[in-house]
Amino acid sequence: MADTLPKTPMLDELETGAWPSFVKEIKTAAKRSPMSRDLLGQLEQSYREGIGHWKHGGIVGVMGYGGGVIGRYSDLPEEWPGVSHFHTMRINQPAGWYYTSEALRQICDIWEKRGSGMTNMHGSTGDIILLGTTTDQLEPIFDDLQKINFDIGGSGSDVRTPSCCLGQSRCEWACYDTMALTHDLTMTYQDEMHRPPFPYKFKFKMSGCPNDCVASIARADLSIIGTWRDDIQMDQAAVKEYIDGGLDVVNDVIVNCPGKCMRLDGDKLSIDNEFCVRCMHCINVMPKALRPGKDRGATILLGSKAPIVEGALLSSVMIPFMKMEAPYEDLKELVEAIWDIWGDEGKNRERVGEFIQRVGMGNFLEAIGLEPTPEMVAHPRENPYVFYGEDEGE
Amino acid sequence: MAETHERRTDYGPPHYEQFLPPIIKENYGKWKYHEIIKGGVMVHVSESGAKLYTVRAASGRLISVDKIRIYCDLADKYCGGHLRFTSRHNVEFLITDEKNIDPIIADLAALGHPVGGIGKSITSIVHTQGWVHCHSAATDASGIVKAVMDDLIEYFTEEKLPAKLRIALACCLNMCGAVHCSDIAILGIHTHAPVTNHSMLKKQCEIPSVVASCPTNAIRPATVDGHQSVEVIEENCMFCANCFTVCPSMPLNDPKTDGISIWVGGKVSNARHEPMFSKLAIPFLPNNPPRWPEVTIAIRKLVELWAANARPYERMGEWIERIGWPKFFKMSGIPFEKTHIDDFKHAGLTFKRSTHLTF
Repeated sequence: MADTLPKTPMLDELETGAWPSFVKEIKTAAKRSPMSRDLLGQLEQSYREGIGHWKHGGIVGVMGYGGGVIGRYSDLPEEWPGVSHFHTMRINQPAGWYYTSEALRQICDIWEKRGSGMTNMHGSTGDIILLGTTTDQLEPIFDDLQKINFDIGGSGSDVRTPSCCLGQSRCEWACYDTMALTHDLTMTYQDEMHRPPFPYKFKFKMSGCPNDCVASIARADLSIIGTWRDDIQMDQAAVKEYIDGGLDVVNDVIVNCPGKCMRLDGDKLSIDNEFCVRCMHCINVMPKALRPGKDRGATILLGSKAPIVEGALLSSVMIPFMKMEAPYEDLKELVEAIWDIWGDEGKNRERVGEFIQRVGMGNFLEAIGLEPTPEMVAHPRENPYVFYGEDEGE
Repeated sequence: MAETHERRTDYGPPHYEQFLPPIIKENYGKWKYHEIIKGGVMVHVSESGAKLYTVRAASGRLISVDKIRIYCDLADKYCGGHLRFTSRHNVEFLITDEKNIDPIIADLAALGHPVGGIGKSITSIVHTQGWVHCHSAATDASGIVKAVMDDLIEYFTEEKLPAKLRIALACCLNMCGAVHCSDIAILGIHTHAPVTNHSMLKKQCEIPSVVASCPTNAIRPATVDGHQSVEVIEENCMFCANCFTVCPSMPLNDPKTDGISIWVGGKVSNARHEPMFSKLAIPFLPNNPPRWPEVTIAIRKLVELWAANARPYERMGEWIERIGWPKFFKMSGIPFEKTHIDDFKHAGLTFKRSTHLTF
């Protein structure tokens, strides 16, 4: 069968080298799948011409769902009929991206039978991406997925598939159970995930500590980042072990402390925890000696996004510290208050961070019933154009 | 085909617990510390004394079901049928018997999947679909990633950098993935205004939505050749392709003028310095498939400049902040141009507002 593959002299150059080759992967799938064969051919044409050949997505999906399938059509259907329809399905991954071989093989069997045989493990949002199928296969695929208990994820103006770091399953730094919260939010907001109710997308990402391994602060409308309120746990004997092992505690740890709250006297390390900003650096460098405190929870931040439309934003602090224990009522109350005001007042394709920029953080806080606190700002306002209310300034 | 079961919806993903290996169920929330053993291998030690070894392997993100099945075979052979993936497209095998580490590394190497990406290294490049599946791509994603990582493989397999280095790629300004907060971001860009198809626009698009989609108000309603359409004030267009996203009659893709920009100094971690956006380093490099030599050379230079000059634990952005941007431009040899100076909202906050200068 391989001799029927299109000639791909440019892509063939990407089969050599130390990094795993996506071209080899497409060729493997192409031995079986006419879709992947034409994907290869069209991609070679893009490489030759320096331009993509995909048209805008149409509205395709499965019955009862308004998201989770990305419609895609080739603009060269005569040349590459196998990709004239080449839709993507987003499949909601299990929290933490853990699988058994049995579950993955079941997904592979469905996709080999009904799709291109190509996947992304995983997309940026976190879903399993099943890359390339036809409109008539969408419902049968969903039917097969139901039998193995995998559901479709989010796309469009809905709750996007929540994702998280692996948290307490393998990490000593996780300050709350990220996987449990992710699964809980995913199940609580199934309707909002599958039937787009919002002005634009809304992403949740759960990181267990301020290292933020899922980049929550940069790309989630709601960033839930683990932290602690009490003192860093310290093992002085282990500190000495690090020093004896050659670690330069002064230059590599203390000098890098943003809170300037650490001292080393001989082999004895001390931390003035009142001024510790929970940055994680000392803990990262000395994991055997230092650990997050015991009074653990999360900082809740809101509003990050990439540039489109009004510019990129990082999430900013809403709640400095919240305990993260099931059933997470305080968190859900906050989420729903945010959705109420943004859902009513947000403009089409306006992310919640942009909405706050437009209406003003102070007004937004009033609308969701949250008291302003100094933790919410890097510094107070610099300009005197203040909208004083009626009862101020008397 | 007769339905044999009731059609369900909204049942959500499988609960993760059924996929966790026994050692993780037993030690969930009880991990005490971890150590990096060698490139791509670490051990986590529990309060109970249990040890869990992780072997992290590279993946091209775009993988066939055949490759997934091979991963599954490895998981069956070494890990009791369990495996996981990371947020940056790597695959991880969790091992309880230390004796299995080297054999699985050998098996992965034979498959063409190097092990690495832990600690002071470059891990896999988070990236988008590019020409493989995206309608608005200004470049390919997988091809550049392959070319860059082929070149930088030593920094993936070994831990020889001052700190971790996160590279990300997005094929247009939508930036699917956290490209805007990466040590090095590779970003596909268009450099000319959309070519409006006036005869189709009214049929395909909502004119008010198209007008509203423009961040710089460069689009206004207009009648062109008798067609209700829009006009683009080209000097106000910065080629974000947002109008194309809402209106297929306004394509920007153009092989002659599409290309790549390189951004540096972003981070998401709160360790030491607060999170930062990536900043523009190289405004334009040409699309030159299949191996994008201009891009791979530029990135290697940036990586090695940082590696040679940064202090231990200092991320790219922290290093540049310490030495100052003038030094960065001087040391990197990148010419400083008009395009480096921000002119969008709040641009003034990015101007140098002090005399803290190096000479």
